[in-house]
Amino acid sequence: MLYKVVKRSEITQGKSFGIRTVAIILALLTSAIFIMILNLNPLEVYAALIKGAFGSNYRINQTIITAIPLVITSLGIAIAFKMKFWNIGGEGQIMMGAFAASFFALRYPDLPKPILLSLMMIAGMVAGGLWALIPAFFKAQWETNETIITLMMNYIAIKWVTYLQYGPWRDKGALGFPKIPNFSDNAILPNFLGIHIGWIFALILIIIVYIFMNRSKLGYEISVLGESENTARYAGINVKRTIIIALLISGGLCGLAGMIQASAVSNTLNVEVSGGVGFTAIITTWLASLSAPFILLASILFAALIQGGSFIQTAFGIPAAAAMILEGMILFFVLGSEFFIKYKLTKNGSAKPAVSKGEI
Amino acid sequence: MKKALSLFFVLLLVMSIIITGCSQPAKEEPKKEEPKQEEKASEQKIKVGFVYVGPIGDGGWTYAHNEGRKYLEEKLGVETIIKESVPESQEAEKVLNDMIDQGANVIFTTSFGFMDYTEKVAKANPDVKFLHCSGYKQLDNMSNYFGRIYEARYLSGIVAGLKTQTDVLGYVAAFEIPEVVRGINAFTLGVRSVNPDAVVKVVWTHTWYDPAKEKEAAKALLDDGADVIAQHQDTPGPQQAAEEKGVWSIGYNTDMKEMAPKAYMTAPIWNWGPYYVQQVKAVMDGTWKSTSVWEGMKDGIVELAPLTDVAPAEAKKAVEKVKADIISGKEKIFVGPIKDQTGAVKVQDGVVMTDEELLSVDWFVEGVEGKIK
Repeated sequence: MLYKVVKRSEITQGKSFGIRTVAIILALLTSAIFIMILNLNPLEVYAALIKGAFGSNYRINQTIITAIPLVITSLGIAIAFKMKFWNIGGEGQIMMGAFAASFFALRYPDLPKPILLSLMMIAGMVAGGLWALIPAFFKAQWETNETIITLMMNYIAIKWVTYLQYGPWRDKGALGFPKIPNFSDNAILPNFLGIHIGWIFALILIIIVYIFMNRSKLGYEISVLGESENTARYAGINVKRTIIIALLISGGLCGLAGMIQASAVSNTLNVEVSGGVGFTAIITTWLASLSAPFILLASILFAALIQGGSFIQTAFGIPAAAAMILEGMILFFVLGSEFFIKYKLTKNGSAKPAVSKGEI
Repeated sequence: MKKALSLFFVLLLVMSIIITGCSQPAKEEPKKEEPKQEEKASEQKIKVGFVYVGPIGDGGWTYAHNEGRKYLEEKLGVETIIKESVPESQEAEKVLNDMIDQGANVIFTTSFGFMDYTEKVAKANPDVKFLHCSGYKQLDNMSNYFGRIYEARYLSGIVAGLKTQTDVLGYVAAFEIPEVVRGINAFTLGVRSVNPDAVVKVVWTHTWYDPAKEKEAAKALLDDGADVIAQHQDTPGPQQAAEEKGVWSIGYNTDMKEMAPKAYMTAPIWNWGPYYVQQVKAVMDGTWKSTSVWEGMKDGIVELAPLTDVAPAEAKKAVEKVKADIISGKEKIFVGPIKDQTGAVKVQDGVVMTDEELLSVDWFVEGVEGKIK
């Protein structure tokens, strides 16, 4: 009774859809046991979860507002991931983007709105891009491990903002409470159709990133580099340059997400400004198989899970921790199913490992 | 050609999602909003929301508020909803809006950092009543309420001052805001009223709720020579540090006897229930008015928990006497002469600090070792 994990050569759309469906059903069943332990009716809770995410205009808006930073950050991360550059630093890039945007918002609060917002946007993108450039440079130059460096740089960024919040940028009018002053109205993104304008940016960026990745030379070079560095080099691609530019774009998008969150959602800078989006976006990017349009879908689903999870907490009086276990359980199964889409279990000796195209 | 086609389909998909996902709310907004308001008007049902900064199980601050909520449910039979562990950031604003969306029409926000968000949401929702704990902002539909916990802290300082052998006391504190500074000052004045040589060392944790961090901070103070630990934190973490070290402690928020039976002596505690009942009842009767409440031991909103056997024998008598004076108004605690850390006289002889001064205090009294940034 020995089993072996074998890489699948190819999987039909139908089969991968089937695996994902089974995963979701399993997730719901397992969670149902957990909900029953809490003495609640699982069907009611699931219905409330959906109702909480989409049940009214207010809730749909909240779900979309949660999805906006996820979409933009996921797009940024996807570009790096396509190159097999594991950018775990979205959180830090968001922070630095928010920081740079806040610098202009706090320093020049009286500039005309369009100018100030444009300045903040550019600052956010540049800061996020530069923050991502550091690990990219080390990787290009000395082949350092980008996963560790990007991860560690998150904490530097978070501590930097904490320092500002408790130190030089602390609001003098807050009676010692450690917060940074609120932005002026000119530094706050306007609403469009009831939601801050970030949703339009997100949709435009999806299209731009899709075209960039699939139709542009640089996008193609990034994909080739992700498949095989040797191939890229053989084809005459400047590897270092590609890594650096790709990460500037990747970090720049994350930085823009930071600017949007600081301006439209927080109306100030604080350590909660990213709220874990940089990490959550890794999951949504992966679920969307790095494809721009699917990132929209994955982000909305994920935002719905967050919004619905928050709703059931108050609706059923479930402790915050229990709602998180529920979200985590659903996630665990869905992500776990990805393994079975890429690999399969076979009885020992009965299957030949498939030869993937890139291996020759 | 094929690529162009697929691009077209993707755009189509995106657009369809935009249309279904985003433009729908705008279109239906006026339609859906109306029946909801009718619903509210016809029901006239009171639903009370509580926004907590920590989990109910913190065994301290949030636990005390939740006891008040349970008392409210029991006395008036109103429906209540809660949200635990809400960060003091934009998330609080969202939680408030979520609660209003779920039908809450009276909302208590129970942490200082919720103040600005409560104010913002209160302005946008004039029909909902907000009551914010421990802040200073007030609107027609937003009250603020708090208790003079410093009175009980002064008493607990007497107990601690009598107990200490090293004449060094440790104080684990959350944030450098007036509420916390005032508590440290009152505690120190209490300590030095019975033990003029003692000093109070302060460590800041910059968190309300982080059991491990609070415990570590207490340990650092104990290593620094302190033999009584007091706290302005939401969990019994510091109590446990004292228990493990075999020394003594003063709790906060609730009676923490069970968490540290060998160390715990007493605690300044909260009793929110009666206030919550009184306020919600006023809303039900239609007599509710926005107020700024800052009541003390006289009104029962703050108390000193019963002294345990660990407390020094002479403490009970000393505390009883001062307590009676506080309740009668004879002992005002912040009465000059009071010196600051540099030894300069900050409050002249016989002068009583005003509420305004107390609510914005940003300096430590003599005897405190620590810095306000």
